[in-house]
Amino acid sequence: MQTQSNPTPSENPPTMIELRRVSKWYGEFQALKEVSLTVRKGERVVICGPSGSGKSTVIRCINRLEQHQEGQILVEGVELTPGFKNIELIRREVGMVFQQFNLFPHLTVLQNLTLAPQRVRKLSRKKAEELAMEYLTRVRIAEQAHKYPSRLSGGQQQRVAIARALCMEPHVMLFDEPTSALDPEMIKEVLDVMIELAEDHMTMICVTHEMGFARTVADTVVFMDHGQVVEVAPPKTFFSNPKNERTKLFLSQVLVH
Amino acid sequence: MISLSLSAILPYLLMGARWTLLLSAIAFLGGGTGAFLLLLLRYGQPRFGAKAVHLYVEVLQGTPLLLQLFLVFFGLPLLGVEVSPLLAAGVALTLYASAFLAEIWRGCVDAIPHGQWDASGALGLKFLLQMRYVILPQALRIAVPPTVGFLTQLVKATALASIVGFEELTKAGQIVTNATFQPFVIYGLVAAIYFTMCYPLTFCARILERKLSQSR
Repeated sequence: MQTQSNPTPSENPPTMIELRRVSKWYGEFQALKEVSLTVRKGERVVICGPSGSGKSTVIRCINRLEQHQEGQILVEGVELTPGFKNIELIRREVGMVFQQFNLFPHLTVLQNLTLAPQRVRKLSRKKAEELAMEYLTRVRIAEQAHKYPSRLSGGQQQRVAIARALCMEPHVMLFDEPTSALDPEMIKEVLDVMIELAEDHMTMICVTHEMGFARTVADTVVFMDHGQVVEVAPPKTFFSNPKNERTKLFLSQVLVH
Repeated sequence: MISLSLSAILPYLLMGARWTLLLSAIAFLGGGTGAFLLLLLRYGQPRFGAKAVHLYVEVLQGTPLLLQLFLVFFGLPLLGVEVSPLLAAGVALTLYASAFLAEIWRGCVDAIPHGQWDASGALGLKFLLQMRYVILPQALRIAVPPTVGFLTQLVKATALASIVGFEELTKAGQIVTNATFQPFVIYGLVAAIYFTMCYPLTFCARILERKLSQSR
């Protein structure tokens, strides 16, 4: 499936997300240093890099769970300015999946999925439940709909979290290390769901250490270190012929086994 | 010394207890409503709301309730507002309970993992919807024990209203004692009446706690 997508991104698909020289500080510490990144419609971007390199901060800035201080972030052409009102309008178009799943423990799986469609998209309960069951079926977990999240395994919880984000029918999906908190035997079931999403041409930005996923699914791999974007390349070039020394070092460390 | 039978004393004390109940109810409702608004102010935008709430809580936690009572009782008339002892006690207890409950509930909201804010925010829920459907239902569960603990304290704190001449249970006890010179018996009785008012609270709290933990 990785072959049919054009190796050099064509100029045709419109830009979904654009970061122009974005910087962010936590007090004295500069977490992002002039990060620039363009993501086109249908593009699958994997961001990798050592921990503390700013990968998660980048995607958390895109739906404004964090605020950047310098530079510009545009989501579907709308700039997230400092006093931006109605961030909810952006957020409903940008789905997000977290490392720790962050399901709502006091709600059943089904209620986790219907909450935002009912309260934000104003769907009727019946409509929202139909939609929820559709996505639960897609992530192969429909039979768990009436359980509470704590009854599910980590892999199941993460699939529910993906379905919950999809119920808002977002234009972009952000994944923040979605498999890092999982036991090894559960990683595959989550990656399989993500691969299917990618095959459906969902625009995705995925922070992950799963290099196999990056190799097979990504159109573009971004390597970050110390808050900077160090290298941006298609996976083929990235893995076989990295340009930057830091990228080489990183790859030699993660690809040893 | 007048010798009064129990059957004469008890109804008199219960008349006082009625006012204690009323005052407690005012403090519960007023304090609960006030604390809820303070909580929204504390977590919502704009940010200076949080600072103002913090200051309010600091001041009310750091001064004796007795003095707050005096300040309301003697202060409001200076502003041209006539206050009855009931009104003064009601206002003072409401201000006091708002501060303490707001602080207790803040602790409960802070105990909810930050990922819950992230996840609900990322789904496009606005602040009030996040509070209503995600944060508060979870905070409620842990809020029950400390809230009830404070409410029982509040019932007992209404005794201070006797100082501005409000004839609630403790004041009624004093009056009877002055007439009968049987302080141990009378105050024992007064304490027992306080206990019968507080016990149902803790009892209901236990049931509520059990119910909330079952809904998982």
